[in-house]
Amino acid sequence: MNLDFSWMAWTWPTAAFFIVIALMLCGMGVWEYVSPGGNPRVGVLRFETTRGDRLFVSLLGSAFIHLAWLGLVGPNLWWALALSVVYAIGVFRYV
Amino acid sequence: MDKTWNNKAWFLVLPVLVLVAFSAVIPLMTVVNYSVQDTFGNNVFFWAGTEWFEELLHSDRFWEAMVRNLIFSFIILAIEVPLGIFIALNMPKKGWGVPVCLVLMALPLLVPWNVVGTIWQVFGRNDIGLLGYYVNALGIDYNYVQDPFDAWVTVIVMDVWHWTSLVVLLCYAGLVSIPDAFYQAAKIDGASRWAVFRYIQLPKMQRVLLIAVLLRFMDSFMIYTEPFVVTGGGPGNSTTFLSIDLVKTALGQFDLGPAAAMSLVYFLIILLLSWVFYTVMTNYDAER
Repeated sequence: MNLDFSWMAWTWPTAAFFIVIALMLCGMGVWEYVSPGGNPRVGVLRFETTRGDRLFVSLLGSAFIHLAWLGLVGPNLWWALALSVVYAIGVFRYV
Repeated sequence: MDKTWNNKAWFLVLPVLVLVAFSAVIPLMTVVNYSVQDTFGNNVFFWAGTEWFEELLHSDRFWEAMVRNLIFSFIILAIEVPLGIFIALNMPKKGWGVPVCLVLMALPLLVPWNVVGTIWQVFGRNDIGLLGYYVNALGIDYNYVQDPFDAWVTVIVMDVWHWTSLVVLLCYAGLVSIPDAFYQAAKIDGASRWAVFRYIQLPKMQRVLLIAVLLRFMDSFMIYTEPFVVTGGGPGNSTTFLSIDLVKTALGQFDLGPAAAMSLVYFLIILLLSWVFYTVMTNYDAER
């Protein structure tokens, strides 16, 4: 059987994006295995979050940071990526 | 202490994971791939980078559709939630009237969306439609095909007719779960009708109301079929909501790249709002 996935129009950048997301999820799985329970805590948002919640908030926020950068600054997204990393570190540290 | 978690149970989730992979994850990956490319068909794609996203974020058409959609959702919630509470409060709590009211309330929910659109498209016509004909006979110039205000009124009334029942049924479920002891205590204290509503019924309905607001917001924000069937997004672009604009771009113009970029932005907004609502709901539960 010859499966044709050309309709999915894969590119290396998008494949890398999904590989990074998959690696993050695997990393979270390993982290959970090593330290079960999700490390729930109440941070600056004043409600309980687990590390899964913090990853979700980081990824969602990063998506909006990239969109805002594209809309307000320009197509060079390396600074948006750097800002997202700083934001994610902040989320994991304080949320 | 015994182990309370059994990770083998995750295997039971596998069938759902496979289903979700085929129905959501693979299409979503494809949309991401399309959003950075251009195509003229035949599975031939050209790299476009972030061009479609930039174009979208600077597009008046997109932001106008977004504002229209937000206004529509706000109006829908402002009408359907109070009206739903009002009807639920006045529905009988016992006797033969209960099943009759419940069936009547459930009826609009059972009608498919495209049929609802067709019903209101005919109903609102001023030549053969019952509503359109008599509203014009009363001397009100009503024509949803030509007048944007009339088109908005028609789409909003149609949505209220279709979906208020959902709010009613959810509120009613919250109301009937309140034990009689609460009402008896209020009666002994001489509480007014307003006080009973404010301090007993409303707090007890809060959770179902949150669910109702979440469902109605999401549904109205993603609305497509009903306004598309009734107005086709017109007159002009006056009732072109995000999903109608998206379908026009993807299928009408066959601009798969821009449509994919728009889908992703739309998806992110829905995801953000869902997360906010979910967080509010779960934290409300935790506080209780």
